[in-house]
Amino acid sequence: MRPRLSTVAWHAGAIALLAVVLYPILWVLAATFKPTEDIIGSLQLLPTRVTTTNYDRAVEGIAGISVGRFFWNSTLLAVLSVVGTVASSALAAYAFARLRFRGHGVMFVLMISTLLLPFHVLIIPQYVVFQKLGLVDTYAPLLLGKFLAAEAFFVFLMVQFMRGIPYELDESAKIDGAGHWAIFWNILLPLSRPAIITTSIFTFIWTWNDFFGPLIYLSTPEKYPLPLALQLFIDETAGSDFGALMAMSMLALVPVILFFLFFQRFLVEGVSTSGLKG
Amino acid sequence: MTTITSTQRSEVGSTGPAGPRKRARRSGDGVAGYLFLSPWIIGILLLTLGPMVTSLYLSFTDYDLFDSPEWVGLDNYQRMFEDARWLKSVRVTALYVVLSVPVKLACALAVAMLLNNERRGRAFYRAAFYGPSLIGASVSLAIVWKAMFSDDAVIDRLLRAIGVNTGGWAGNPDFSLLMLVLLAAWQLGAPMVIFLAGLKQVPRELYEAAEVDGAGPWRRFRSVTLPMISPVIFFNLLLETINAFQVFTSAYIVGGPNGQPAGTTLFYTIYLFDRGFGDYRMGYASAMAWMLLAGVGLVTLVLFRTARGWVYYSGDKR
Repeated sequence: MRPRLSTVAWHAGAIALLAVVLYPILWVLAATFKPTEDIIGSLQLLPTRVTTTNYDRAVEGIAGISVGRFFWNSTLLAVLSVVGTVASSALAAYAFARLRFRGHGVMFVLMISTLLLPFHVLIIPQYVVFQKLGLVDTYAPLLLGKFLAAEAFFVFLMVQFMRGIPYELDESAKIDGAGHWAIFWNILLPLSRPAIITTSIFTFIWTWNDFFGPLIYLSTPEKYPLPLALQLFIDETAGSDFGALMAMSMLALVPVILFFLFFQRFLVEGVSTSGLKG
Repeated sequence: MTTITSTQRSEVGSTGPAGPRKRARRSGDGVAGYLFLSPWIIGILLLTLGPMVTSLYLSFTDYDLFDSPEWVGLDNYQRMFEDARWLKSVRVTALYVVLSVPVKLACALAVAMLLNNERRGRAFYRAAFYGPSLIGASVSLAIVWKAMFSDDAVIDRLLRAIGVNTGGWAGNPDFSLLMLVLLAAWQLGAPMVIFLAGLKQVPRELYEAAEVDGAGPWRRFRSVTLPMISPVIFFNLLLETINAFQVFTSAYIVGGPNGQPAGTTLFYTIYLFDRGFGDYRMGYASAMAWMLLAGVGLVTLVLFRTARGWVYYSGDKR
């Protein structure tokens, strides 16, 4: 009987700990269904008076712009970022993993050394150039880097993955007369699917959550993604409509939570094999 | 910065610059290589190397984005040490790094130890504890965190119930930073997953041998687990330290560009943002960015130095 008792105790401990960790998410979810005056000043988790008016007001949005618009902006930025990052990182990874050319070693070391470079040393000149080009308050500054493989983490992730794909596959394709593009497109890219999925999900979530880039570059509220819209909501209402703010925050979390529920295996594997930050 | 993490280093060392072991025809790959790499090459030149050189130049100038930069030598760097807000931001950031990194790593290791067994359901727990890592740095969660820690809200009430009267932490200068430290600890998932991967590699025989020698659970943890996973601890320590230096979003949502309350959340990145994009002191902000790079580089170097003393790689002759 003793091992089973210890298993029960283990589950009880793990669940208790998990409840503490997940409490903030439960708290905000419950808060969105409470009238504003019940959110603060009560220890009770579940709403006594259930209301959906918080969501009604959250959907109305802020400054005359509906929350749907902010969702669309966030989605557009995130999807384009995924396309750009996957395409440019896969191309670079193929070159690093499979091709020989002058400067290969130097460029690989350069790529690795940008992994942990604080981006603060880059933002001011980047901003100055985008400002001179008249591209401030457009999405171009937020997307250009994604199409130019600027996120070294993903290049590195794909290089590591492609190195694990047997070289014999390339050789036999070469004998059949395939060029580099054909080998990349027909062999390496399809076989790199797990790495591509991991890259896509992380890029989507990071772009979705990104606050600093949009904060610097965007000034027209119609172009704001959700994180900036939330900040605008706080500024405009001075925190008075607390219930709606909670509801809008929750809405902004939903896509990330869905991604997590559907792709958690890829996310967890991605972290444990490459050490991606969360 | 040319520092790379320990687990990556071994991989880079073995297959990195040398390239694929079996080589294709020596010539002929050249053009294709540059073509495949062209987006990355354009990116590294235009978005990384170019801006780095420019930013270093700007750091020696007075530049407000509209008039052309005016050379001032080391002025910006010297002024920093007389700038009370800069000094404050350095203290806040240093304190945050020193508090949040050990707390987060200790929580991550504790949870990883708990989940490191063969019981059913551990994959579920692993995923569930990992979840907060994905949303912890978002604006939404900073808003939620601030709400939970505001006056008379849930945390305040819980603390009062056990007789601790601090008021809301969000508006209390003594506790605002601690609140952000807890938010960091809440995102224990990413280092926890990495710890778990490390714990799985520890050979079971070592524990059995230690047990035969009469070592209790604490002794086994101190003398087997910790040395065996020290490379993973080092990896997490490095990654989390570098990330902690750069925290921005949560601090900005909680404290705004002035680090409310009373400048206690005036992180280095917040002050840099405020100088650069609030006051358009682009030269000063560039100098600040280089000081940050120097600071992070120095801390990384120190970590690598001390690592020789406590990071154990199996195969070491020690």
